[in-house]
Amino acid sequence: MVPLWWYILLGVVLFVIGAAGVLLRRNILVVLMSLELLLNSVNINFIAFGRQYDDFRGQIFAIFVIAITAAEVAVALGILVALVRNKSTLKVDDVTMMKG
Amino acid sequence: MDQGFFLLFATVAVVAALMVVVARNPVHSALALMACFLQISAIFIMLGAPLLAVIQIFVYVGAIMVLFLFVIMMIDVREAVLQRFLPGGNLPTLVLLVLLGIEMLVLVLRSDRFSVTEPVATRGGDAIRQLSTTLFADYLLPFEAASVILLAALVGAIVLARKESG
Repeated sequence: MVPLWWYILLGVVLFVIGAAGVLLRRNILVVLMSLELLLNSVNINFIAFGRQYDDFRGQIFAIFVIAITAAEVAVALGILVALVRNKSTLKVDDVTMMKG
Repeated sequence: MDQGFFLLFATVAVVAALMVVVARNPVHSALALMACFLQISAIFIMLGAPLLAVIQIFVYVGAIMVLFLFVIMMIDVREAVLQRFLPGGNLPTLVLLVLLGIEMLVLVLRSDRFSVTEPVATRGGDAIRQLSTTLFADYLLPFEAASVILLAALVGAIVLARKESG
């Protein structure tokens, strides 16, 4: 039997790696992939706690997270294609149209 | 036995996740992410959620990664390959990440709430049937909202990626 904190530890490690990708990488595509990694580490936590406390709501929330992630990726990649067509760049620090 | 399999899957998942962040070529990042998702779906099976494991493979490995690879093929990624990380000023970010990791580790390891080994209770019977009953009875409204969000995202992606006609 695998103890609960092993799963949480795996979630923590994947979350930190994904956050490093979001904060440090320069390529927008890799930033989006790291975002997927973050959401997956959260899913591991949801399902681990759902198993531990014998509650289906963990799995149901994970299903919703996956559905919303699919929508987010579709919109983000549409924006990315429009961005590359208009500004022909893939670097996060070149996208300053909103003066952020 | 279980613990050995968990360690195997977790190690491969962490190594693949590191590859995602470190790889120079976005195609390599995408393939490493695919490997990581496969390990995570194996971990879902170990957690007694086979439906989630199948959804993970269908949606992430089957749909999202193919979408990523399509976009990588559509656009020219070669000019972005030269510089991997944001130039300069990485130290505060690294300190922030290390602090985040240490905080979460301390929180998990020093709390006795997470150290219980056995599940609180085990419910027998048909798990997927009970899951779908809960999903379609108690969570029907969020389910419909999620489907409307998916439809809106579909239309939005088409509108965003369309070539300007005039």
